[in-house]
Amino acid sequence: MSRWEPVIGIETHVELQTASKMFCGCPVDFGDEPNTSVCPVCLGLPGALPVANREAIEGILAIGDALACTLTETSLFYRKNYFYPDLPKNYQISQYTYPLCVDGHIEVDVDGEPTTVGITRVHMEEDTGKSLHQGDSGRIHGAEHTLLDFNRAGVPLVEVVSEPDIRSPDQARAYGAEIQRIVRALGVSDARLEEGSMRFDANVSVRPEGVDTLGTRAEVKNMNSLRSLHRAIAYEIDRQIEVLEGGGTVVLETRHWNEDRGVTTSMRSKEESEDYRYFQEPDLLPLHIDEAWRQAIRSQRPILPAEKRAGYVELGAAAATAALLADSDDLGRLFTAAVADGADARSVGNWITGEVVAYLRSADTTIDRTGLTPEHLGELVAMTSSGALSSTAAKEVLRGVLAGEGSPQTVAEERDLVQISDVTAIEDAVEAVLAENGDAVDKIRQGDAKPVGFLVGQVMKATGGKADPKIVQELVRAKASG
Amino acid sequence: MSDLADLTILDASAGLRARSFSAVELLEATLRRAAITESHLHAYLTIDRNGARAAAEAADAALTEHGSDDRPLLGIPVALKDNMVTRGVETTASSQILAGWKPPYDGTAAARLREGGAVIVGKTNLDEFAMGSSTENSAYGPTRNPWDPDTVPGGSSGGSAAAVAVGSAMGGYGSDTGGSIRQPASLTGTVGVKPTYGLVSRYGLIAFASSLDQIGPVARTVGDAATLLEVVAGWDRYDATSYRGDLPNMSGSLDAGVEGLRIGVVGELSGDGIDTEVIAATRATLDRLSDAGAVIVDVSLPSTEYALSAYYLIAPAECSANLARFDGVRFGLRVGGDTTAEMMAATRGAGFGPEVIRRVLLGTYALSAGYYDAFYGQAQRVRTLVRRDFATAYEDVDVLVSPTSPTTAFPIGARATDPIAMYYSDVCTIPSNLSGDPAMSIPVGLDAGGLPIGFQVMAPALGEELMFRVAAEVERAADFTARAPLATSEVVAP
Repeated sequence: MSRWEPVIGIETHVELQTASKMFCGCPVDFGDEPNTSVCPVCLGLPGALPVANREAIEGILAIGDALACTLTETSLFYRKNYFYPDLPKNYQISQYTYPLCVDGHIEVDVDGEPTTVGITRVHMEEDTGKSLHQGDSGRIHGAEHTLLDFNRAGVPLVEVVSEPDIRSPDQARAYGAEIQRIVRALGVSDARLEEGSMRFDANVSVRPEGVDTLGTRAEVKNMNSLRSLHRAIAYEIDRQIEVLEGGGTVVLETRHWNEDRGVTTSMRSKEESEDYRYFQEPDLLPLHIDEAWRQAIRSQRPILPAEKRAGYVELGAAAATAALLADSDDLGRLFTAAVADGADARSVGNWITGEVVAYLRSADTTIDRTGLTPEHLGELVAMTSSGALSSTAAKEVLRGVLAGEGSPQTVAEERDLVQISDVTAIEDAVEAVLAENGDAVDKIRQGDAKPVGFLVGQVMKATGGKADPKIVQELVRAKASG
Repeated sequence: MSDLADLTILDASAGLRARSFSAVELLEATLRRAAITESHLHAYLTIDRNGARAAAEAADAALTEHGSDDRPLLGIPVALKDNMVTRGVETTASSQILAGWKPPYDGTAAARLREGGAVIVGKTNLDEFAMGSSTENSAYGPTRNPWDPDTVPGGSSGGSAAAVAVGSAMGGYGSDTGGSIRQPASLTGTVGVKPTYGLVSRYGLIAFASSLDQIGPVARTVGDAATLLEVVAGWDRYDATSYRGDLPNMSGSLDAGVEGLRIGVVGELSGDGIDTEVIAATRATLDRLSDAGAVIVDVSLPSTEYALSAYYLIAPAECSANLARFDGVRFGLRVGGDTTAEMMAATRGAGFGPEVIRRVLLGTYALSAGYYDAFYGQAQRVRTLVRRDFATAYEDVDVLVSPTSPTTAFPIGARATDPIAMYYSDVCTIPSNLSGDPAMSIPVGLDAGGLPIGFQVMAPALGEELMFRVAAEVERAADFTARAPLATSEVVAP
C-alpha cells in the first residue's frame, strides 16, 4: 500500500533492577509471595513520605547518556493524579516538565538501511502494583473480584519516549530491540518483555505519502514481545488505512493488542481520558545533576551495542555476524580471541554463526560449558584451509570439539578424518593405481576422459578415503595424460 | 505549686531528677487533670493509659539506673495531635474515614519522643485533616476552650492547645499549615511554634498541604516550647524536605534580651480587621520591647494582601492529591459499591466531612487543565512575591511581629457556616507558611472578656534562636501568669 505512510512513536517502560524501590527501602528483588516487599511508603499509608533512590537516578542517567540525551541540570518530580486501586496514593510520582534526560537519538538498522530515531525524553517514575482480576475473563470487565499485589508498587520505572520517526513495523521492532540491547548492556535492567520488566506502547498513525501533517493516532498497548510489537503495529497500520480508504476517520483512542486474536480493540477514547492535574511533587526537592555527576555517568558508560557491532566489523566480521556477536558476550569474546590469534575473521565468524550457534541451540547450552576455545577455532580454520580437513569432516570435528573430545587435531585423528594432502604421499598411490590399470590410462591418452573418475576412485580406495580428492584428481589427469 | 500537673516542663524535669516525685506520679497527676477537664473540653480523642504508664515506668527505671540521664523530656507527659502517626495507637486525623485505624509504624516525631523518654499521654482532637481554625470540624465532636467552654480553642491543633492550657498534658505537639499551632495557642493563652519548614520531619504527619505543613510544639512557656522543639527537630532520612544542616540553638539565648535588636511591625497584619483590644495588647507589648532596648520600626509586606487567597489555592490543591489515598481500598472506612469507582466515591462521600470535601473540590478544580495557570500557577507566583517581601524586610530588621489572631476566641458555631470568615482567622499566620520561615505565638494578656491575646514573632529561615530570644523577652515583659479555670460546670472525679 504505497499511498500511505505510517508514522510511529514508541513509549518504552523499563523497570530498573535496583537494590531497593524508587522511594523507599523495600527490595526490588521480590519473590512470588504477594505483598511481602512493602512498607508504609510504597503502600501509600497516611503520613508516609518518598525519598528518591540515588541508584535509580544513576540508572536513568546512564540510559539517557547511552541514548545521546542531554542530562538536565535541574530536574523536577510531579504528581500525576488518577484513581486506580493498584496505585496506592492514587497519584503516581512521575516527571512532567524538566525530565532528567531530553533530546537524544539512536540509530536503528533494517536490512542494512540505517534510520535515526529521535528520543524526545527519558523520565523517571514509580511502577504501580498489580491487579489480579479473579474470574473467567482475567480482565477487569466480568471479574468477580480483584486481588492486589503491591510488591511491584514503587519499583523504579524509566519511560523512554521516541519521536514519531519510525516508519514501519520492521523499524519499530529494530528500535525496540536496540533499546532492549542498550538497557541490558548498561546492566540496569534485564528488560524482559514477557515478564513486564520492559513494556512498549506504540503511537500509530498513517498519512498520505508526501503529506507533512500527522494523521490522527491511536495508542496501542499490551505488546509483550518484540514479535507482538511488530504484529500489533502492522495490524494497526492496516486497520487505519482500511478505515481511511473506506471513507471513515481514525479516532484518537487507546487500543488494546489482543495477541491471540491478532487484532487491536478500542479501550477508551482519549477525549474522555483523564485530566492528570500534574503539579510539582512537594515532598521531593528538585534534583540537581551537577557536571561532576554527569561526568561520572559518562565515564562509566560501557561499550554500547552499536559500538560493539562496529568493532566486530572492523575486525573483519560481516554485518550480520557482527550483530550476532554483539548480542552475545560469550561468542563475541570467542571471535575476538580467535581473530587476535591470527585466524581468518570471515572463517571464524562463519563457524560461530553456523555450527557453533546451531550446536549451542540444539544442546541448549552455553559456550563456557563446551570444550571449545579460541585456539581450537584457529586450529580448525587452519586445518580446513590447508586441506587437512574437508568441509564435511571439519563440521564433524567441530561438533566433537564442542562435545569436549579435545582439540580439532585430536578429534580429527581419533575419528580418522584427516585428509592426506601431502602430494608425494598421494603420488605414490596414484602411480601404483595407474600401473595396475594400463587400459584405462590408454583410453585417457586417446582422449577419453571417462576413466579418470574410475582411477580417482581407485586411488581414494587405496588411501582409505583420506587423500584430498582434488589433489588426486589433478595427479591422475597429469600422470595419465603424461 | 500544689499540683504536679501545673508544673512547667523545666521544673518537672528538675523535680524528677531531684526524685521529688516520680514519672508515674507526674503521669497520674496529668491523668487526674484530664479526668476533671475532658468531659467538658474534649481535648483528647484517645488517651493511651497503658502506653503512657509503661513509658512513665520506663522513665523512672532510667532515672533510678542513670541519675545523670539528661534527656530533657524524660518522664514528661506530652500530647500528640491525632494527625501524627503512632504505632498501634488509633490515629484518625479526626476523620470518619480513618476511624479505628491503628498505624503499623511511628512517625519520626513520635519515634524521637519515645527515644527521648517522653510519656505520650494520648492523641488530641483537631479539625478533620487539620482543615479549620476552630477544632469544630472534627468527626468526633468539637474541643472547647478552657478559658470559656462556649468558645472555640482555635484550630486545627485545638486539642493539643486546650490540653496544655488546662494541664492535661505538660507539652503538646501540633501541625501548622496556615496557623494551626499559633492561632490555637493565641486563643488558649499558650506558646505555639511553627518552626522553619524542614526543621522537623514530616514523616508520619498525615499530610494536608505538604509544602506548608510543619510540626511544632504547644507549651506553657517559651522555655518549654524550645525544649519540646529541640527533641523532635533535626534531619530525618525519611523526609526528603527535612533540613540537613546544623540546628539553631533554640534555648541558647533565652536570657539574652532584645537590646539593640531591630523589630519590624508588619503594617498589613496589624491594622484593618484586627480587634481593637488585640491591637492595644500588641502596642503595649511593643512598648515593653522598646523599653527593653529594642528598636521598633514599621515594615510593609505588600504581597501579604494576597497571601490568604494564594493559600486557599495552594493548600487545597495539595490536599486534593494528599487525600486521594483515602479510597477504601487498603485501610480505614469502606462503603460498598457495584464497581471500584463507585466504592471509592461512596467511601469518600461518607468518610470526609463537608470542609474536607469543599477543599478537595476546590483543589481539584484549581489544578484542572485550563484553570491551572489562572489559579494554582498564579498562587505560586504570589508565594514567590511573599517570600521576596520577607527577604527584603529582613535586610532591615532582625524579626517581624504582629498579632497572631485578629480576634480572641470566638463562640462555638459563630463562624461554622461562613467559611470565608473562618479562613480569615489565619490572615496573620499564613504568610509565614508561604515563606517557610519560623513564627511563634506568645500570650501577652487577656481581653475584657477574660480571653487570651497572642503576639506573633516571626524570624528568617533557621532564625529560631533569635525568635526564641525575642519571644522570651515578650514573655518576661508581658508577665502573663493567668491560668485557664479547671472546670466551669461538672467536675468528674478521677
